[in-house]
Amino acid sequence: MTESVACTTEGVGAATSRANALRAAAVVGFFVLVSAGTIITDARYLYFSAYLWFGFIYGASLQYGRFCMASAVRDLFAVGVPRMAVGIMIAVVLFSLVSAAVTVAGKSTFHASPIGLYSLVGGAIFGFGMVFTGGCATGSLYKTGEGSVSALLVVLSLSFAQALFVDIGGVLDAVVPASWTASAAAKNMPAELSVTAGWYDQFLAGYVWNLKSVVVGDALGFSSPAAKAFIGNSLVNAVLPALVLLVAIYAIWYRKGWLRKNKLTAPTAGAEVRGWWSMVTASKRTAIAGLVLGVAAGLQMWVMQTLQQKFGISNAGELLTAMGITEGLSLQETVFDPGYFYVTTQEAQGAAWVLAKLGVNLDDNIFFGMENGIPSPLANPVLWMSFSVIGGSMFMAFLANEFKLKMPTLEIATWAIAGGILMGIGSRIGMGCNIGAFFATVTNGDPSGWIFLAGMTAGGWVGVKFFNWWIERKMAKEAPLGF
Amino acid sequence: MAAKFEKVSDGKYQLDVQGYVCPHPQIYTKKALEKLASGDTLDLVFDNPSSGESISAMCATEGNDIVSQVQDAGKAMRWTIRKG
Repeated sequence: MTESVACTTEGVGAATSRANALRAAAVVGFFVLVSAGTIITDARYLYFSAYLWFGFIYGASLQYGRFCMASAVRDLFAVGVPRMAVGIMIAVVLFSLVSAAVTVAGKSTFHASPIGLYSLVGGAIFGFGMVFTGGCATGSLYKTGEGSVSALLVVLSLSFAQALFVDIGGVLDAVVPASWTASAAAKNMPAELSVTAGWYDQFLAGYVWNLKSVVVGDALGFSSPAAKAFIGNSLVNAVLPALVLLVAIYAIWYRKGWLRKNKLTAPTAGAEVRGWWSMVTASKRTAIAGLVLGVAAGLQMWVMQTLQQKFGISNAGELLTAMGITEGLSLQETVFDPGYFYVTTQEAQGAAWVLAKLGVNLDDNIFFGMENGIPSPLANPVLWMSFSVIGGSMFMAFLANEFKLKMPTLEIATWAIAGGILMGIGSRIGMGCNIGAFFATVTNGDPSGWIFLAGMTAGGWVGVKFFNWWIERKMAKEAPLGF
Repeated sequence: MAAKFEKVSDGKYQLDVQGYVCPHPQIYTKKALEKLASGDTLDLVFDNPSSGESISAMCATEGNDIVSQVQDAGKAMRWTIRKG
C-alpha cells in the first residue's frame, strides 16, 4: 500500500516516519563514533573532526535548501527560475560579512587566486558540463546523500578526471606555448616533478604562477584592517555586486510575473521594492540554507585557524607528520588544507590514491607531488569534509522522507559521466569549482571568482541551449504528444 | 526509459518523469505546460526532490496553480498543476 503524505508548496512538510528517524539517527551516530573514536585515539584528530562537522552542516543545509549552484545558472536559463541564484547571492553576502569579521580577528585562512583568463575558460568548461550532470560539485555530493547513484557517478567521474588531467602529457604537451615551458623550466623546480613534461605543470608554473592576485581591500588602499575587510572585501567585492545581480535577476526573470500576479501595470518604486523582496524571500528553504551556509563557511575559517594555532601548524601535513603519518605527503611535506569550504581537490586526491594503489604513478607533477600530496582517505581531513557533506545530506533526506536509492538509466549515467569529466577538467583549469573558485573567493575580497562565475554562466547558457535542442529532438521521436 | 507525456482526457494530461534527475523534470514540465491551454491540468509524477523547488517556483512565476501535492514516502511526488 502506498503511504501518502501531504506536502506544502515549499516541498515536504511530512512527519518523519519512525524508520527514517532511526536511519537519520544512525547516520549521526556513525559520524559521532568516527569523530569521538578518533579523538580519543589521538586528540589531533580534532582537526579532522572540525572539517567533518562543518561538512555535515553544509550537507544538511544543501539538502534542506536543495542548494545547488548548477541550478542557479541552469534553471535561470532553462526554466526562468531565479530561486537558486537568489539563494547563492544571500550566501555570498552573509559569507562575506562573516569572513570580514574573521579577517579582522586575524583568523582568516584564505589565500587569493591569481587574476587571469584561465578562470573564464575553466568556469566555462565547468558550467557547460554541470548542465548535464544534474548538479554542481557540491550539489552532486548532497544528491549522493539523497541516494542518487547518478550523482555518485558525477562525483567519481569528476574526481578521476581531475586526477588524470593534472598528470596527462603526450599530445597535450604539443599545444603548450613555448613561453610556458621556458618559464616553468626557469623556476628550478625539483627534478622529480619533471615540470617541462606534462601540460598542467607548465600551465601552473609557466602561466598561472606568473599572474598577480588581487585582494580588493588592499588594492583600494585602506589602512584600517576593518575598512579593508568590511568595505573593500565585503562591501565592494561581494555585497554590491551581489545586490546588482539581484536587481538584474529581478528585472529580467521575476518582475514581469510578479507584476502580473499582483495586477500592477504602473508600479511605484515601493511596489518594485516589494516585488524584489518577494523574489528574495520566495523560497524560504533556499534563503535559510543560504544564510546557514554563509555563516558556517565564515565560521569554519575561524575554527580552522584557531585549531592551527592550537596545534602550532600552518598545514595539516605538519599535523600528519607529528602523528607519524608521512605516506602521501607532498615534497614540501604538505597536504591540501584550505581551511575553508572547498570541493574538488580533495576528491581528486581520493581518486589519485585509488589509482596509485592500482599502480598509476601520479605524484610526479606539481599538483599532487609538490602542492597537495596524495594522502590516504583516512589521513585526508578535507576529504572527511566531502564524506560528511554526503552524510549531512543523507541525515536531512531521511528526516524529510526523501532518501531514495535511485539507479540511473543508461542515458542519465552517460550524461553524469560525460558532464562529470568536463566538470573535472574545468575545475582544474579554473583552480576550483563553484565553491573554491567562486564562493570562497568573492567573499574574501578576491575578484577572480567573478571571472569564474562569468565563465560558468556563459558555459551554462551554451549547455542549456544544447540540452534544450537534445530534449526536443528526443521527445519529438518518443513522446506521443511530442514536445 | 523515456519520459511519458500523455493526454488522459479532455483538458487533462499526465507527465511521468520518474527516474530523471535535474534538469530533466523541470525542463520537461515547462515544455509540457507550454502545450496545454489555459485551465487544462497536468498530473506530474517525478522522484527528484530538488526539481520540486524549481517547478514550484516556475509555476509561481508563470501564473500556474499547483492544485495538489502528494508524496509517496521515499518514492514519487505527484503534483497536479492547472495552467493559468
